[in-house]
Amino acid sequence: MSLNSWGMYPQIDNKKITLKTPKQIKAFIDANKEIIPYGNGRSYGDSALNTNIIYTKPYNSFLSFDDKKGILHIQTGVLLSEIIESYLPRGWFLKVTPGTKLITIGGAIASDIHGKNHHVEGCFSECVEEFKLQLPSGEIKSCKKGDELFLATCGGMGLTGVILDAKISLKKVSSQFINQTTIKTKNLQETFEAFEEYKELPYSVAWIDCLASGENIGKCLLMVGDFCDDGKLKYKEKNRLNIPFNFPSFALNNLSVRAFNWLYYNKAPNGVSKQKVGIDSFFYPLDSIKNWNRIYGKNGFTQYQFILPKEKSYDGLKEILQTISGSGKGSFLAVLKLYGKANKNYLSFPKEGYSLALDFKIEDGVFELLDALDKIVLKYEGRIYLTKDVRVSKDTFETGYEDIEIFRNLRKKYKMDEKFNSVQSKRLGL
Amino acid sequence: MSYVFIVGAKSDIAKEVARVYAKNGYNLYLSARDTSELEELATDIQVRSGVEVKLVELDVTKYKTHEKIYEDLEEKPLGVIYVAGFMADQDEAQEDWSKSLNTINVNYTGAVSFLNIVANDFEKQRRGFIVGVSSVAGDRGRKTNYIYGSAKAAFSTYLSGMRNRLHEAGVSVLTVKPGFVATKMTEGLDLPEKLTAQPQEVADDIFSAQQSGHNTLYTKWMWRYIMLIIKHIPEFIFKKMSI
Repeated sequence: MSLNSWGMYPQIDNKKITLKTPKQIKAFIDANKEIIPYGNGRSYGDSALNTNIIYTKPYNSFLSFDDKKGILHIQTGVLLSEIIESYLPRGWFLKVTPGTKLITIGGAIASDIHGKNHHVEGCFSECVEEFKLQLPSGEIKSCKKGDELFLATCGGMGLTGVILDAKISLKKVSSQFINQTTIKTKNLQETFEAFEEYKELPYSVAWIDCLASGENIGKCLLMVGDFCDDGKLKYKEKNRLNIPFNFPSFALNNLSVRAFNWLYYNKAPNGVSKQKVGIDSFFYPLDSIKNWNRIYGKNGFTQYQFILPKEKSYDGLKEILQTISGSGKGSFLAVLKLYGKANKNYLSFPKEGYSLALDFKIEDGVFELLDALDKIVLKYEGRIYLTKDVRVSKDTFETGYEDIEIFRNLRKKYKMDEKFNSVQSKRLGL
Repeated sequence: MSYVFIVGAKSDIAKEVARVYAKNGYNLYLSARDTSELEELATDIQVRSGVEVKLVELDVTKYKTHEKIYEDLEEKPLGVIYVAGFMADQDEAQEDWSKSLNTINVNYTGAVSFLNIVANDFEKQRRGFIVGVSSVAGDRGRKTNYIYGSAKAAFSTYLSGMRNRLHEAGVSVLTVKPGFVATKMTEGLDLPEKLTAQPQEVADDIFSAQQSGHNTLYTKWMWRYIMLIIKHIPEFIFKKMSI
């Protein structure tokens, strides 16, 4: 039996147990080392991989909903898509959602995910009221905001134990549509100005053509928006397209990416334009294609996501984009985002500044390029997102996360390091 | 909104079937021998979908209770889905008559007893649908599984006859033949991944096949062709095979 992560790289054989009751999980913890919880397998790299996996997705009951406060109590395996399906028609939506709704609540907490509204709402942990965590000893602890176990588990990549269930607060919305404004820019300077100009709007994200060079470096389509107010809540997801097999590895090359980028960029009107779009196309454009990871071929791919402090972002991004453009290795998806302030969680990724996420097919020369990008990220005092990572070095990682020792000490204190590990945590000495 | 009655609501497939119908606005009667085990599911569905969920204590092998249980329902259901099933290990069932009998009773006799009552009511009302979850194991007896398989074969035949009878009254009958499904029943078995369905997949298939009035559903779809081949292997060869 083998479960992969979304990047399909690396492939690790594993034994899995399905989470049914905490009691049965305790027996599994007692009998094994090298355990990591695994949700829906949507993190890109090796953070949810190990020789033993606690499969949490079937542990997915809804437990209660307080419709005055908007607090939903659910088990860890519930997908964000299930919450949207159930509650959007009733006028509630997630306060924070990433670019896919096909992740579990446990995964959202463990990655402390963020969305297009980070500069306004912060990370997912902001809307987590409390959760239950099963420790390596088998004991179940209730963790509330501010507790050390809360600070360690939100963003803790499943390395603190098994999150069993959580209470999360939803927000009121009155439509399933978004009023979107698209701003087309010609270079990085214009892109940054546009982000600043529209930062009052709750949602923003920019798609960058990372193969553009010279004067055009950093040209983008910036999409900003907020929920409409038309009372149209009748939400039903459309059928998804499926990619039934891995594309041959030559399908995605410099030329096809260039062609895609040209089409995408030129399809949008020049300057500023307005559209009304559904939540699926605004928040989750890639979810409409099942198994889109297969377009990268059977060798898989990785996503490289880093963040730079705001005052260093412009120079840093310019240098990074120049390096990528010069290498000729680029991705369809290069997403640039403005972030608000960092939270207090020990390993949460966001901090005030700009982050760029890029996909790279696993092929010769890619890891060398990413090592070169790491150096630039460190030079500008940035850091790397664990949820996307599959190859960063221990030194590079540590330099970016100042609370790493607090996290390590807490792991020792609760003997988490003796039981809960992933391929990633061992690589990075977490 | 109408009620759907699920017989044997404790299984992994039934749980997903219940969720799919609730998601589409149906109220539910969930039944099992011991309804305390259904409370979590009932809460889950109410919080998820906001429909009415009622629990009904029903032992499919206590035939004498069936009539009264059905009569006592405040509102008669629009559809009944029989998911109750029991798979004894073939070797154990060969040695132990009680295991054989239980296999026959849960998969077949109990279904006939309860669904006869339902069919009579639906026929009179000239509306409704019946779904029976049978198995590809009923398509041909194999040495590894034929006691279970024969009970499922009888159930499939029963459903086919009932479909013939009720067609005129506008009542639809769907026979579901799942192949391998990743459930509690099959946990630990080494099943081929491509042929193994997730319970949610089976439930989605059942809902759409029932809504569009299909007669027989193989899920996953390739089982229809696999079983077509298996059914047509001549007996003089088949008896020497081990599949």
